[in-house]
Amino acid sequence: MKNNQTGMTLIVKTITRLTVGLILVYGIYIVLQGHISPGGGFAGGVIITLSFVQLMLAFGKDTALKKVNQAKCIFLSGVAAFIFLILAVCGFVTGHSPGFRDGHSTFFSAGLVPFCDIAISVLVGSGLFVIFLALVLLTQEQE
Amino acid sequence: MELHLILLFMILASVLAVEARDLISSVISLSAVGLGLCLAFLILKAPNLAITQLVVEILCVVVLIRATIKKDLPLVRDGRWFFNTISTALFVVCFLAFASFALKELPNFGEPVMRVSGEYIANSLEKTGLKNIVTAIALNFRSYDALGEAAILFAAIIAVLAITRKTGRINEK
Repeated sequence: MKNNQTGMTLIVKTITRLTVGLILVYGIYIVLQGHISPGGGFAGGVIITLSFVQLMLAFGKDTALKKVNQAKCIFLSGVAAFIFLILAVCGFVTGHSPGFRDGHSTFFSAGLVPFCDIAISVLVGSGLFVIFLALVLLTQEQE
Repeated sequence: MELHLILLFMILASVLAVEARDLISSVISLSAVGLGLCLAFLILKAPNLAITQLVVEILCVVVLIRATIKKDLPLVRDGRWFFNTISTALFVVCFLAFASFALKELPNFGEPVMRVSGEYIANSLEKTGLKNIVTAIALNFRSYDALGEAAILFAAIIAVLAITRKTGRINEK
């Protein structure tokens, strides 16, 4: 990330560079631990989106759009919705929630639920980021 | 006691959000209402909801400040209001008619107390293997509810993209 003129001041850019990775990792943690401790797909997806929103607010829209652009976000949300639908049809066909069950607090102890969480997080995160991008680009066009 | 204090704070902040002159102070008071709601969820021992409420509130405040405060969008008021009102009223009448047929079959509200939720609390760990009972209900017992939620979110994304697109396809040619 270069220190170009767009975006906010140097202080905000430095703090963003330190914290944005931590926020992203915390969002992924919330998603993957959602079936053991408080959290889940929706909250984790929104935290992942917030890290990209922080990047965009601090460094201007070009830096963030270089990482994730609008078409890629739309593609991701569609794919995640389709995967969630397939998982739901899995349960519909077999009559119960299939998958591995060993122990009570491991990642694979709950069948398909962690994978549902991951699909929901991708859908929510990319979808909310697309909405944010659309609103910001709309206001910038009007000026 | 703390809950009542927080509720009083939320009522005051929402009154301020309605009555404030400029938009930025109104948005800030609205975010104070959301923070109070998050604390109320924590006091009522619902950490799952508190996390979601806090995170969504942050995103909403950022979107409100960044995207809508500079210039408000033009609202289309004139036009087909007569047709819109008629179709909305028709839909409401149809919905109420079908709902009155459907609701006759259901048991009374809260009649067998804790019939379903008692089952959830007693057997959720053995049946699903999930330690977090909120996730067990949301994604295992009522997973199709979550599927409908995802469909609603997907429809909302498509609607926002359709409203805010740059130019129509016909104008480009």
